[in-house]
Amino acid sequence: MNTVELGTTTADRTVGAKQTGAPFIRVENLTKVFQLTKSGRSGLFGRRPLKGFTAVDKVSFEVERGQIFVIMGLSGSGKSTIIRMINRLIDASDGTITVDGKDVRSLPASELRAYRNQTINMVFQHFGLFPHKSLVDNVAFGLKVRGVDKATREAKAAEALTLVGLGDRIHAMPDQLSGGMKQRVGLARALATDAEILLMDEPFSALDPLIRKDMQELLIKLQRNFKKTILFVTHDLNEAMYLGDRIMVMKQGKDMQNGTALDLLEAPADPYIEEFVAEVDRSRVITAGMVARRSPAPAGAPAPAGAPAPGAATAPGAATAPGAAAVGEPGERVQEDVVLHELLPIFAAGAGWAAVVDKNGAPIGKVTAEEVFAALAPKGFSNAS
Amino acid sequence: MHLDVGTWFAALIDWLLANFGWFFNAVSWLINLLVGEVANVLIGLHPFLIIALLVAAAAGLTRSVGLSVFSVLAFLLIYSMGLWTDSMSTLAVVLVSVVFSLAIGIPLGIWAALNNTVSKVVRPILDLMQAMPVFVYLIPAVFFFGVGMVPGIAATIVFAIPPAVRLTELGIRKLDVELLEAATAFGAKRSLVLKDVQLPLAFPSIMAGVNQVIMLALSMVVVAGLVGAGGLGGVVVQGVAQLDTARGFEGGLAVVILAVYLDRVTGGAQSLGDVLRRRRVRKEQRAAATTTPAAAREAATTAAN
Repeated sequence: MNTVELGTTTADRTVGAKQTGAPFIRVENLTKVFQLTKSGRSGLFGRRPLKGFTAVDKVSFEVERGQIFVIMGLSGSGKSTIIRMINRLIDASDGTITVDGKDVRSLPASELRAYRNQTINMVFQHFGLFPHKSLVDNVAFGLKVRGVDKATREAKAAEALTLVGLGDRIHAMPDQLSGGMKQRVGLARALATDAEILLMDEPFSALDPLIRKDMQELLIKLQRNFKKTILFVTHDLNEAMYLGDRIMVMKQGKDMQNGTALDLLEAPADPYIEEFVAEVDRSRVITAGMVARRSPAPAGAPAPAGAPAPGAATAPGAATAPGAAAVGEPGERVQEDVVLHELLPIFAAGAGWAAVVDKNGAPIGKVTAEEVFAALAPKGFSNAS
Repeated sequence: MHLDVGTWFAALIDWLLANFGWFFNAVSWLINLLVGEVANVLIGLHPFLIIALLVAAAAGLTRSVGLSVFSVLAFLLIYSMGLWTDSMSTLAVVLVSVVFSLAIGIPLGIWAALNNTVSKVVRPILDLMQAMPVFVYLIPAVFFFGVGMVPGIAATIVFAIPPAVRLTELGIRKLDVELLEAATAFGAKRSLVLKDVQLPLAFPSIMAGVNQVIMLALSMVVVAGLVGAGGLGGVVVQGVAQLDTARGFEGGLAVVILAVYLDRVTGGAQSLGDVLRRRRVRKEQRAAATTTPAAAREAATTAAN
């Protein structure tokens, strides 16, 4: 509905790709070399050759529709440059970017504007709110660009502001708000256009920790309803693990590892990542769902609540399951997004395992106390090798 | 070795005069017409009516009681010194010069802000225009436009353009990069970014440029008196020539009054936008708070769940 009608020729060619389930966003060998003009200037002793700085070095990744894809790295690792290349605020030096089957790098100016306006929106680290516009005008900006009439776009903007909890302040000016509220406006502005993709450039980094937590929770809540495809840049691994369906760790322009939070925790690909991971409170990152899904339960044979998944049951599991009935609480059901930290009381109370269900109540699998402890025990790169 | 730079420049002026005389005649005709019309209005209407209008402008743009009272007394002083006609013709000259300077300077400043090459080319020219002693402009101006008011205005315009260009460029360039990115990231065309984001946010800086242009134009008016531009400049030049301290002082005082008035009024206009905007926002918020808080809160809680 909201996809852009870009050049029909490219669209026609990509119909097949869409149907075969190609990834929504595919980035291949993306490279950005910044020319350092200062050192390239002709000096006293003749012209020195231009020196380039490779900010992003042959990075490839794919993002599925509805996923939160986190790009994590320290400052200068090229993460912000990557997302700016995806909406072409920065032009890439090399590589391909394909979004919904369209080659982003070759879009002509008018289609690029349509792409930015309708397919992809952005939330900024320092909010990027226009200080001379009221909240409702800030949020309606994308719709104004699209040519939507004033009444409609203001209604839409007010609706978006209500979603982020600022419905009663739509006529306030940005400088009347706190940092957290400003970023809510930034979020509303990106939601108001109904674009499918959100680029978030360290959106919560400028906020203090409590507000940051609120905003992360707000994002998760909104994401449940809207199912946007989000590219989220952060330097905070805890944030990356809390939000990300997949995490790509960057270092000096290179992709060090790309995987789920659990992959990073369990098998850091590199001492650099291991160092990062050591700081993480694993009990607050790993969820019951992650552990349950990791157990090699045969797909399509979900374990009924109250009975262990047949394939998952190794010696301890098999031993516990019948015994669990005796312990008294065999059928403890937990949501898949419950972190292990919150599971500990269940095991402390004597349960041997818990059934994990998704948010519709459908069973996914089960977790045993052993599996939980195993997941919590740090397994570093050096230990593994 | 002696380089005859001056002779070359003189030759260039001669050449321009020979080939583009029609252009200078047209400019001369236009400026004469405009200044004549403005001066006719300012001098033709009753002085007290003009004073009332000037004071109303001060009160409306600055909302300052002090400045309004000052304006009444100061303009009455000019009137009672017998310098009313001269002051009004000077004001007419300043207004026309300022309009021309801004009409050239602001678009040039916008262009320079958007284009680095233009900026690089324009900067040394502006330096030259500002640093050249002002009297030097008068010589070719007299050749081009003859003696009188027009060469004075032409020299004033050249002298007053630089701050309009510089402050417009600065106002646009100092804009936060993230705001520019935000506007671009939502698919706005460059023209919309300029109209909707860059210019409104550069407005205070541009108004500071307008203020500077007016002040420079006024300071130039006295110099232009040397080539027979008349007005207060003529009064001052006359005072100097005749070593008439009293006359010179009165002329100077009238210039100061005009300067202070124009400076304060344009300075006040700079922040007027802010004042009005805040008032509007507060009114709207009060209206919103009385009508919709319950609905908004309800919607917020449903969103949160």
